[in-house]
Amino acid sequence: MTATVATTAALALGDDALVLSHRLGEWVGHAPVLEEEVALANIALDLLGQARFLLSMVGDEDELAYLREERAFTNLQLVEQPNGDFAHTIARQLYFSTYQHLLYAQLAAAGGVFAPLAGKAVHEVAYHRDHAEQWTLRLGDGTDVSHERMRRACTALWRFTGELFQPVAGLDVDWAGLETAWLESVGDVLRRATLTLPEGPRSGAWSAGAGRQGLHTEPFGRMLAEMQHLHRSHPGASW
Amino acid sequence: MTDTDWPLWEVFVRSRRGLSHTHAGSLHAPDAELALRNARDLYTRRGEGVSIWVVPSAAITASSPDEKDPFFAPSADKPYRHPTFYEIPEGVKHL
Repeated sequence: MTATVATTAALALGDDALVLSHRLGEWVGHAPVLEEEVALANIALDLLGQARFLLSMVGDEDELAYLREERAFTNLQLVEQPNGDFAHTIARQLYFSTYQHLLYAQLAAAGGVFAPLAGKAVHEVAYHRDHAEQWTLRLGDGTDVSHERMRRACTALWRFTGELFQPVAGLDVDWAGLETAWLESVGDVLRRATLTLPEGPRSGAWSAGAGRQGLHTEPFGRMLAEMQHLHRSHPGASW
Repeated sequence: MTDTDWPLWEVFVRSRRGLSHTHAGSLHAPDAELALRNARDLYTRRGEGVSIWVVPSAAITASSPDEKDPFFAPSADKPYRHPTFYEIPEGVKHL
């Protein structure tokens, strides 16, 4: 495996999709209602499909998913954050799906090695974004309790959002434009949900995010242990 | 589970243009917009539909099983009401 610029980028995008897919999969069996469980599982499966394609561009997908150490993963720290309550999951979805939708739209338009995947996935991700926006509106503009929980979730995850716009080598993307469009879109959704853009820092001191460099937050190790346990205990297991 | 908090919706899916919407099942959702999205996830994931209707189950008036006889029995013994005397041309699939 040669670490070209394209494989580094494929690994970053693939790890984002894989890790968020696993987090969403954790809701299965625990979601507030059956209908929402199916919705989250569908989104998880869309992301898993993207991850398989992207990781296969780099090497053996199973080896990459199940046998890498924590420091070798280059996903954003945002996607590895625990599900928390439903509001945290929706806030994470809103931040990430908006980003991924805008990013894939640019990649699809730019041509190049990622255009075929991005062109297909952009339709899936448009639905993920809509799902997150619909729920943000209902939780933010719902009861006092749901409003407060949604506000808390958006604030808690805010410091992870600066990292989304660190340029990834090998991706032909206008990062500054992406960030402007993202802030505008998320800001608009939050306003309609009677919330405001959180005020905390997104870069520099007290912000978070070095996932692309292989530095991860504490909950990620526990998530990986669960995700990789079966394959490491029974190499090559299948059914 | 908080099933009782959310109203029940009946889902109708049109599988192709030219066909009518067919009852696909029911689901729970807090409002019509989310009912549509849930219906999309539950009933049309594999390309089954081109259009979805959702209707609050409470808005449907149904015939009662107890009235089955007076409602439906009289038509059964009048064979001339059934269009069984026609040959259906082979090309007609959805009569």
